[in-house]
Amino acid sequence: MQVVYLLIETIVKCVVVFACLMLSVAYLTWLERKVLGHIQIRFGPNRCGPFGLLQPFSDGIKAFFKEDLVPGNADKAVFVIAPMISIIAAISMFAVIPFGNQFTIPGTDWVVKLRIADIDIGLLYVFGIASLGEFGIVLGGWSSGNKYGLTGSLRAAAQMISYEVALGLSIVGVIILSQSLRLTEIVTLQAGGFWNWNILYQPAAFVFFIICALAEINRTPFDMPESESELACGFNIEYSSMKFALFFMAEYAHMITVAAVAVTLFLGGWQAPLPQLDFIPGVFWFGAKVFVLIFFFIWQRGTFPRLRYDQIMKFGWKVLFELTLVNIFITALVVLLKG
Amino acid sequence: MIIPLLKGLAFTLGRFFSKPITIQYPEEKVPPAKRWRGIQYFEKDEKGKTKCVACGLCMAVCPSQCIYIETAEDEEGKRYPLTYELDVLRCIFCGYCEEACPVNAIFVGKNYEWVERERTPFLMNTEKLLEEKKYNP
Repeated sequence: MQVVYLLIETIVKCVVVFACLMLSVAYLTWLERKVLGHIQIRFGPNRCGPFGLLQPFSDGIKAFFKEDLVPGNADKAVFVIAPMISIIAAISMFAVIPFGNQFTIPGTDWVVKLRIADIDIGLLYVFGIASLGEFGIVLGGWSSGNKYGLTGSLRAAAQMISYEVALGLSIVGVIILSQSLRLTEIVTLQAGGFWNWNILYQPAAFVFFIICALAEINRTPFDMPESESELACGFNIEYSSMKFALFFMAEYAHMITVAAVAVTLFLGGWQAPLPQLDFIPGVFWFGAKVFVLIFFFIWQRGTFPRLRYDQIMKFGWKVLFELTLVNIFITALVVLLKG
Repeated sequence: MIIPLLKGLAFTLGRFFSKPITIQYPEEKVPPAKRWRGIQYFEKDEKGKTKCVACGLCMAVCPSQCIYIETAEDEEGKRYPLTYELDVLRCIFCGYCEEACPVNAIFVGKNYEWVERERTPFLMNTEKLLEEKKYNP
């Protein structure tokens, strides 16, 4: 009986997380257009429903009814699989993110832990799946048989490989501090107010993590794979209809996931910033922190121009890589000296 | 290097909280310029009819030849346009018709919003030109 209950619990959690994630992705597109609009002193979408709130749905319906084109000289199987890889990788990263503590179902002694899977190599899993997601972009651009698409995926491959190194190194400091790859444990160690959050012990690592994460999810200062101005959308140039929508959703789901990972590692996950505020459920704090990070992602998109390809490469290998290494050494030294 | 980046962020955040300058077109409208040349209208005489005497000067001066007039005389011997056709789709809104008119009958108006599903309604006749007056008080 216990197994059946566990199965039901897991399925319910999967469905709820998936639904919430998809809804957030839909409204993230709306939020992004709104915020960018207001940054450019205009309104953003405001025609479709109050404040344009129905805009994501109308966009979705539109994408759904568009003609689904596969170019003649595309590698058809890969062309179809590529967006699926992208979206699956983006969504399944959320499986290990702890988005809340636990609660007991009233009237029973069944404890529901607010995370789908609590595995001891959570962080490793996150980074493995994150690298898998890049295959979607690389294969998508390569298989479409378009020179812009190919250039986009080449850049994607180069950029992601370079920044993944720095991304992986930037979190080693956190792992040294918490002595664990289990995300729940990392969050639990940051309990008891914001002065226990890892961002105060690893501020540099947090900054490096955010920079690398932006490169990893192809956000604006680093949106090389789909540089609109010179590659005409890069890797997804030949995609239309729902395949394009899948890439689009994957990009935004990736953004949420990266923000969630950053919150888990550096901003105390579901923990309240002050112990007095513990009565508010952890899910709220988690959501609020993710929102702040996502707002920052959109905000900096509206601010910074894109870097040139060689500048990005130089920055990744000659600056970030070294700085993250230095950060690891200093962290290790301090931990060693403190005993 | 970092301070300019932060300055940029502060600037865009300021912009984010400032009021958008967009004019929401169908609801809010910018009045057209003082010398704006829009769709033509006919000025009425005291009887509510057109002042036009069908002299044909506008037809002659029109560079895009969008005006066609057939002249007739009423019982008092006064000339009036039997047919006055102005093809708004051909009109280039140069305003020469207004300048040429010796009796101040035709004017270029302020209206610029006119949507139809067919081409035929854009062939304005005398009634339509008189009706167009309501957009130009």
